[in-house]
Amino acid sequence: MTVGANRIVPTISIPYPLGDPNTPKEEQWKLRYHRVGVALDAIATDVTEQTVFKVRI
Amino acid sequence: MKKVICYVNQFFGGIGGEDKADQEPYIVEGVVGPTMAINAALKDAEVTHTVVCGDNFMGSNTEEALSRIMGFLEDKEMDLFIAGPAFQAGRYGVACGNVCKAVKEKFGVPVLTSMNGENPGADMFKKDVIIFKGGTGAVKMRQDVKVLTNFANKLLAGEPNLGCEAEGYFERGCRHEVFLEDIRENTAAYRGVQMLKKKMAGEPYQTELVIPEKDLVPIAPAVELKDAVVALVTTSGCVPVENPDRIQSASATRWGRYSIKDMDRLEAGVFKTIHAGYDPAAGNADPNVLVPLDAVRAYEKEGKFARLHDYFYTTVGTGTTEAEATRMAEEMIPFLREDGVNAIILGST
Repeated sequence: MTVGANRIVPTISIPYPLGDPNTPKEEQWKLRYHRVGVALDAIATDVTEQTVFKVRI
Repeated sequence: MKKVICYVNQFFGGIGGEDKADQEPYIVEGVVGPTMAINAALKDAEVTHTVVCGDNFMGSNTEEALSRIMGFLEDKEMDLFIAGPAFQAGRYGVACGNVCKAVKEKFGVPVLTSMNGENPGADMFKKDVIIFKGGTGAVKMRQDVKVLTNFANKLLAGEPNLGCEAEGYFERGCRHEVFLEDIRENTAAYRGVQMLKKKMAGEPYQTELVIPEKDLVPIAPAVELKDAVVALVTTSGCVPVENPDRIQSASATRWGRYSIKDMDRLEAGVFKTIHAGYDPAAGNADPNVLVPLDAVRAYEKEGKFARLHDYFYTTVGTGTTEAEATRMAEEMIPFLREDGVNAIILGST
């Protein structure tokens, strides 16, 4: 929020935003695929203020 | 003798750098690292304990870390709590802000910290906590500790706070009560009218309550995904292994754009990260956790959006000033426009 981005999708960690190396590759892929999908949907969604989009995985 | 408790991260706690950033919080009696200098500069007060916690542990398990630290402090006497200085270290600055805010709320004692204006912790916590304007790195330790402890000594001695500008901390957007001499020129009505007269005469005047501004960009309208040309931009420092544009590992002023044409993923050994602000192991082992090319390609193949731009754009976000970041973005934009890019996924670390 403080950097001023208007559409934000949470990721999981600074060193590995989109895949925890302590989990199996398949799980990392599921998480990454899901969150990138949320990001693409976010781009296609109108917002009126800084918005953090919900993620399921 | 007044009692002061301090907070430092794993680095200043002397246990190690990035590899020790997962350190769980602990408390020791007396001073550690920079809290030695704080202790030496305090008058009629001493540092009785120092809390140490790894920046990653605090960042990833904030509630757990704060609850354990509050537990350490529960049975301790304390007149003042000091965190940092955190300079431009982002995670450390945010940690100092979080710990100070929690201590202030739970124990009601004054809390102080120090960090650079470019530290994200400054914007996040300057309204809640007195944060002194610090230098960019530990080379400013002596100076930052001096400013911090000068104010701490005043505070502990019950001397008046002269306000953010005079004392050197970030504006909190709040006013504190000061009793002025009881004369007509000091009344709010008189001061207000003087200001109004200056304004009407077109002369410079200074409001007594400046509202801090947040730097936001206008919200881009939504795009139709079926027509979207998407580009990937990153501040993760992910580059081809030879780092051909010699992008700096911190406080970056350079950026690069690298072809991802015909690539379904970023291969380890072909790409790596040169970012000095986090442990590169995971990103080097699989750069897609930084720049999710594999997932974006999958959606492109499914037809979720029109096409992916042939390059990704990259720089390093740690210690990079807003001014440099803005300039780099402005330099990237013509390349993106030229190819008709109308949507960007910017990955940060």
